[in-house]
Amino acid sequence: MTGALSEAPRTINIAILAMGGEGGGVLADWLVDLAEHAGWIAQTTSVPGVAQRTGATIYYVELFPGAAPGAPKPVLALMPFPGEVDVVIASELMEAGRALQRGLVTAERTTLIASTHRVYSMTEKTAMGDGRVDADALVAAGRAAAKRACFGDFARAAESAGSVIGASLFGAIAGAGCLPFTRAQFEDAIRRAGVGVEPSLKAFAAGEGLVVAPPPPQPVASAMPEPPVGPRLAPLASRVRATFPASAVPTILHGLLRLADYQDVAYAEAYVQRLDTLRDTRGCTDRLVETVARHLALWMSYEDTIRVADLKTRATRFDRVRGEVRLAKDQLLDIHEYLHPRVQEIADTLPAGIGRWLLATGWARRGVERVASKGRIVRTSSVRGFLMLYAVASLRRIRRTTLRFVEERTRIDAWLAMVGGTAASDAELAVAIAECQRLVKGYGDTHARGLANYNTVIAQVPRLNGHPEAAATLRRLRDAALADEQGTKLAAAVAGIGAAPARIPVTA
Amino acid sequence: MAERSFKTEVQKLRLGAGEEFRGEGILAVTKALLESGVSYVAGYQGAPISHLMDVLADANDILAELGVHFEHSASEATATATLAASVHTPLRGAVTFKSTVGTNVASDALANLASGGVTGGALIIVGEDYGEGSSIMQERSHAFAMKSQVWLLDPRPNLPCIVAAVQHGFALSEASRTPVMLELRIRACHVHGSFVAKDNVRPAYTLKDAIERPLRDTSRIVLPPASYLHEQEKITQRWPAAVQYIRDHGLNEFFAEGAQDFGIVLQGGMYNNVIRALELLGLADAWGHSRVPLYVMNVTYPIVDEELTRFCAGKRAVLMVEEGQPDFIEQQVNTTLRRADVQTRVHGKDCLPMAGEYTGGVMLQGITKFIEQVAPSLLEGRPLPRAAKPATTPVPAVKEVHPRPPSFCTGCPERPIFTAMKLVERELGPHHVSCDIGCHLFSILPPFELGATTMGYGLGWAGAAALNTTETPKRTLSFMGDGGFWHNGLTSGVGNAVFNKTDNVLVIVDNSYSAATGGQDILSSRADNPIRATRNSIEKAVRGVGVDWVRTVTHTYSVAEMRDTLREALTTPVKGPKVVIAQSECMLNRQRREKPAFRQLVKSGQRAVRERFGVDPDTCTGDHSCIRLSGCPSLTIRDNPDPLRTDPVAAVIDSCVGCGLCGEVSHAAVLCPSFYRAALIHNPTAWDRFVAGVRRRVIGFFQRRIERRLAGIAS
Repeated sequence: MTGALSEAPRTINIAILAMGGEGGGVLADWLVDLAEHAGWIAQTTSVPGVAQRTGATIYYVELFPGAAPGAPKPVLALMPFPGEVDVVIASELMEAGRALQRGLVTAERTTLIASTHRVYSMTEKTAMGDGRVDADALVAAGRAAAKRACFGDFARAAESAGSVIGASLFGAIAGAGCLPFTRAQFEDAIRRAGVGVEPSLKAFAAGEGLVVAPPPPQPVASAMPEPPVGPRLAPLASRVRATFPASAVPTILHGLLRLADYQDVAYAEAYVQRLDTLRDTRGCTDRLVETVARHLALWMSYEDTIRVADLKTRATRFDRVRGEVRLAKDQLLDIHEYLHPRVQEIADTLPAGIGRWLLATGWARRGVERVASKGRIVRTSSVRGFLMLYAVASLRRIRRTTLRFVEERTRIDAWLAMVGGTAASDAELAVAIAECQRLVKGYGDTHARGLANYNTVIAQVPRLNGHPEAAATLRRLRDAALADEQGTKLAAAVAGIGAAPARIPVTA
Repeated sequence: MAERSFKTEVQKLRLGAGEEFRGEGILAVTKALLESGVSYVAGYQGAPISHLMDVLADANDILAELGVHFEHSASEATATATLAASVHTPLRGAVTFKSTVGTNVASDALANLASGGVTGGALIIVGEDYGEGSSIMQERSHAFAMKSQVWLLDPRPNLPCIVAAVQHGFALSEASRTPVMLELRIRACHVHGSFVAKDNVRPAYTLKDAIERPLRDTSRIVLPPASYLHEQEKITQRWPAAVQYIRDHGLNEFFAEGAQDFGIVLQGGMYNNVIRALELLGLADAWGHSRVPLYVMNVTYPIVDEELTRFCAGKRAVLMVEEGQPDFIEQQVNTTLRRADVQTRVHGKDCLPMAGEYTGGVMLQGITKFIEQVAPSLLEGRPLPRAAKPATTPVPAVKEVHPRPPSFCTGCPERPIFTAMKLVERELGPHHVSCDIGCHLFSILPPFELGATTMGYGLGWAGAAALNTTETPKRTLSFMGDGGFWHNGLTSGVGNAVFNKTDNVLVIVDNSYSAATGGQDILSSRADNPIRATRNSIEKAVRGVGVDWVRTVTHTYSVAEMRDTLREALTTPVKGPKVVIAQSECMLNRQRREKPAFRQLVKSGQRAVRERFGVDPDTCTGDHSCIRLSGCPSLTIRDNPDPLRTDPVAAVIDSCVGCGLCGEVSHAAVLCPSFYRAALIHNPTAWDRFVAGVRRRVIGFFQRRIERRLAGIAS
């Protein structure tokens, strides 16, 4: 075998980047079957191994024309060569990014077909705040790198057809016209496989549709729209519109809705009054009003057992669960809640005096602790479970007297005073202080940790006041508080500005 | 039973002469074994040869028809020792395992087998788990071939060549009285292709013959003085016999031998990617016609000196394409040429990297570098392919791409064990954790980040052996899977701990399968297996070797129980080894069994309840503590529907299997009240409907009251 080389047709190379257990193998098998029945030679390889356990993996397919019996067999590669891939299929957006990283997508040659849905990485999921990567950057990079890029939510397309993403991606390949086979040939491959044929064909058509006629891009809402408010809040809403900067109005209206829903209209009014005070403070900016409006609404609607019971018993919630679990008409639903009120939460819900007494009195506290040592499972869909939560929700009427309410009021007032007091000298620092409310969230241990972090961060404000980088430093501290559960980064960040890494205890 | 069923595919094993076989590489190997008249097959599962074991198990009936005995060996050492049946008899036997980990375990038996040599063909099929997708340390099987003097086949990665390698492997083994290793890389194991079948052969000499008329020959047994003679025999007789067979049958291949005054020497397994690299440089075509001389070593050990010197003689330079390190072959090529006084310049690791997989881009760059040095004119007149040079432009959006290593599956019963351990560490502080091989090793990754070392399969407890002192009351914690336990952990870990009076703790993760390798049955599997004895208790075995403190948790999803048991083991005043057996069935296998059964139940109109979890987005505050204690693929995040919040909320997607961990975690760690468990009642009974009707009326009444309170707030 020396001398002249034949002018051989080139292989068509296809790389499928997927996660284990996603059906990338089925897609590869369909491609092989499609090609072989069309008289092509097809070879597929993969690296199953432990990658099947949800890890990223690549299936690689090469197609070569002319599979006549007795014809010489081509030598096909077992893995993609960077720059030599005709079709890259990514079953998820970050995997499309991985294809770019590996140099598989080129402007000369590659059709990139990628699903825009996200299967978040562990790093994104475990962040204490928002650790998600920039999806738009991935799409933009894909469009820039490929000869042709076809993005679409192929996962949703498959799901609405009752099938798996492999089928809609197979349709996308057909729709992109990057393989020399007809639509009917594609569909026949699905039929021959014989498993879930009808839903697969439906998903195939949906995937094809997303490529042939992509839906117009969703207009991005530039600002938060004003929510519609009901008649009982209308007077307050008019007052807000008349007296607050326009940029803050939508947020404040959301706050009104939330607090009236949380407690009553008077509570919403108290919210506006607090904002009135802030707005009239010297140095207050529109941005500060908007920021405080957001965080004050969240703080005033802190999560207590009353709120949880209230939200869990609503008809709208029952409807939402039915939708989420896709309850069919002829099925019945039971909903079980996992609740774990501890002595702290119980004391929080009692009138302040009694609550303090309970926490401070050894025998009483131990008695309640014994009862509350284990979590409870409450069946909200049963009469008994529902009434129990309904009764807890009814404590809303005495909420203003509860220990937690009194404590939160003190904290809120201190926070607002600090924001207001800082506004005149450093408006940006005041905004940063307001944003620190984000640290306080959740229940139980999570709430205790958040509050301790909040106290640690806020305790640095007096030392930062007057410093040109004060706001940026405070934000860095806030981000450090969200970096790990142990508070290591926060302690280091605090030490970094020259302070003792004090963790201020939770105060009543 | 294994995760993947080959019940339909194995029918291809019945194909007769002239029929076309289409399928995966690993299935082709099975067919080739049957065509070669094999008498017995054994092995230990592990990627990339797990499917070979699964195919054999599913083909047990076909094997039985041909009189072939098949075993799931206890370990790779067992498998290799199984080949002892071929020492005195003409029985052909084959064993298979993952390499180099399996070969490490097998090496005692391999060395003994290789010393005395064999009479019947003995084939060791090693799945070379190297490069992308590999889960083990990066080493080469080549070293084992060299040290024990067994021959190593590395065929071109296409089905006809792999099948021929199996058939020649047996004959070569018999001709040289030496065991033969057949090395298959990951992709070759899973490559899809075709070959023309031959008839299966029922061995003429059977196991029955070997048992009824036992043979023995003391000169084949490893004992002085025979063992000294074995070493001489390897060099003076077996090696030359092997070289003779390889040359006579043309196992190594020459392509375009005289086309240039330079050439490429390559391992057979590298062939396809070498050809593709040459094709991209315009030096080969798609059918493998090359303008560059190629010497393809389908046998990489021993090297056939005459062939090598013939290929190199008259060539200015050759490139040795040898994947992995050390560069055993390149060193040998240099030595051989020097001894023969052939002055050809040997390139290799100067053009290609010393370490790491030869992926497409690496191969292309290496060959380009070689051609540029020896014959740059060949590359003129056409642009180099993009990947022929290292990339210079930065890759876009790199920071948006996170590594995505494998992890615990949805509903995995092992996850709650590590959740419990995280909770125990919150109370007792960090512990030294010694890990083992198996899915449970994913505990070292986020979100658990537990575990300091892993020393090999079944060696979890052995890995903590030194950390045993009376100077501290603090204990170490070791993990071991049920697979590793039966593989060797019972003796290397548990027996060792008893004998050396340890005070430390072992957790045996008992999920009923050798799960990481694809869900094969083992001794303690709970399922009935028609060809294996299952249901042997781990607890009895542990007690049998002398552990008195044993706790069995039969439902790992009970995080509180798991946490309390671990805490007790780590703090009890009782001295001596402590073993916690954490039992729950591998969810992947369980769902494979239960999902169809559930669908069947629903289809037949009977009452059936499916459970799944959910998160109320309005009570979730987006802290994600639950995810940090779980890491379940079905527990994820989504946009916060609350216009005032930005942090994403937790969400359970429909792939949830309702294992209960989310609820248990929120209870045990006192997280948040956002989780709910939904029970979907399919085909409800009349009573169900009646009760539901009553509830609807009562609950509806109160819900209307709530609505009245909220009326007029939102519009």
